Amino acid sequence: MELNTLTAHELIDLLKTKEVACDRIAASLETRIKGIDSKVKAYVRLDKQKEFKNSGAPKPGSSSLEGIPVSIKDNICTDGLYTECCSKILTGFKPPYDATVIRKLKDAGASILESKTNMDEFAFGSSTENSYFGPTHNPWNLDCVPGGSSGGSAAAVAADEAILALGSDTGGSIRQPASFCSVVGLKPTYGRVSRYGLIAFASSLDQIGPITKDVTDSALLMNVISGYDPFDSTSVNTPVPDYTKSLGKDIKGIRVGIPKEYFIEGLDKEVKNILEEAIQELKKQGVQSEEISLPHTEYAVPVYYIIATAEASSNLARFDGVQYGFRANESTRANLIEMYKKTREGGFGEEAKRRIILGTFALSHGYYDAYYLRALKVRTLIQEDFDKVFKDFDCIITPTSPTPAFKIGERMEDPLKMYLSDIYTISSNLAGIPAISVPCGFTKAGLPVGLQILAKPFNEEILFKVAHAYEQRTAWHKMKPKI
Amino acid sequence: MAITKETVEYVTHLARIELEPKELEKLSRQLQGIVEFIDKLSGLNIKDVLPMSHALPINNVLRDDLPRESLPVQKALLNAPAKEGSFFVVPKIIE
Repeated sequence: MELNTLTAHELIDLLKTKEVACDRIAASLETRIKGIDSKVKAYVRLDKQKEFKNSGAPKPGSSSLEGIPVSIKDNICTDGLYTECCSKILTGFKPPYDATVIRKLKDAGASILESKTNMDEFAFGSSTENSYFGPTHNPWNLDCVPGGSSGGSAAAVAADEAILALGSDTGGSIRQPASFCSVVGLKPTYGRVSRYGLIAFASSLDQIGPITKDVTDSALLMNVISGYDPFDSTSVNTPVPDYTKSLGKDIKGIRVGIPKEYFIEGLDKEVKNILEEAIQELKKQGVQSEEISLPHTEYAVPVYYIIATAEASSNLARFDGVQYGFRANESTRANLIEMYKKTREGGFGEEAKRRIILGTFALSHGYYDAYYLRALKVRTLIQEDFDKVFKDFDCIITPTSPTPAFKIGERMEDPLKMYLSDIYTISSNLAGIPAISVPCGFTKAGLPVGLQILAKPFNEEILFKVAHAYEQRTAWHKMKPKI
Repeated sequence: MAITKETVEYVTHLARIELEPKELEKLSRQLQGIVEFIDKLSGLNIKDVLPMSHALPINNVLRDDLPRESLPVQKALLNAPAKEGSFFVVPKIIE
């Protein structure tokens, strides 16, 4: 049996009955990574770090992931391990502390993979092509992108190079790659998971979440990483339910809204048909679906690209060549401003520069009211759209992405087209609501398609309920890519 | 609105990013496209709408002012590109 192909819950069962030992899981992952990662390139710095950092026995009282390896996106701080956001400007950075989610994983007995997973630089992108370390390839078709920005995490899980993975999601960066790679990706409610130690992109939108092989693993991982953290003033002090209790439930009578604005021009025909079949399957299980309207949907992408870049321009001001990472060589004798400018010119990639400059523009004197303030107001309208719908519906179902995975290089010269690949995922970040993407089929060309479910804030349970019920009746999540 | 090269030059200075002339031109062109796209928002009536800075109904989160251990200086300096003793080294800022 190839242990690396199993889910965490299957491995936990085997560990309990002492049928396998932890070191055999690690060994089987290592063999797999050595065998195929030269093709997939899901991990970065594999040359330097191949070990697993074992944290030993779980602390009493924490949900146990004892002996289960977890792969971590390169923007989540891991004490003493490279955390570089796949950017030149953070080369060599080894954080002096663990992010809260890492501490929680260690407390639960999980082991952390020393090599981190690939991503778009600072999570700026939808394809993992903007990585300083080069692109990740989609395990289902190596010529295609895995999605992004958590493309490394999604590809690693899909290719059985990981058991569990963490990603981060600012505008779809967990769900869109999960959909492109046929794995399960969850963006929790804003405030559900601590952001302490997540290198910030857009602080009002970022959330850390699980990328897993099935819905059960997603619930298990959420049980461990969720909860209030005094180190993150935006984390919310509401009790964390046992998410595994939402699995295996009847979904009869659940009210599902299908937003008409998501099924218009730009949605790939095959994706649309696959999604409609998935909705039919859910109807067979007794959900009641109805067309709904989220009238401000078309404004979500422009609002996002103002707010996210404005926050990014402020968050990324700290990368100036003083405290960590890269400092431009020729600047040692220059004045301070010149040193900043040269360091940031040489250290940031093209997309990072584009976003920082766009965000600075939106916040600058004379443009603030017309762009930033206006975007904040339209954000209110987008949240109100959801509030209204959730008065009458338990959840909303949409495609995760308008198209399946695209070819590497195809959208690199057209930033606007790249931005539009997040059109279905961005609204939930703006509104702060939770959303999950689950595998729901394949195109004729063999590329995966994802189904997205959205719910009210702090109602991850309904996502797990519906997603798990769907998963029980389908086999998409069990399909494996041939690499 | 039109994004001139001067606007982009000014903003890149604010953002403390140096750009080669070729890069500046390409970026100005791309920003023009993006700004035209986000100008879509100007058609909406938002007169009585309140701005939303984040999704949660919480504000002014305070904690007790209790002393606790902080990061040791040498650990904080571990990643510094240039350091001396217990300081970060930067180019001279006062003549």
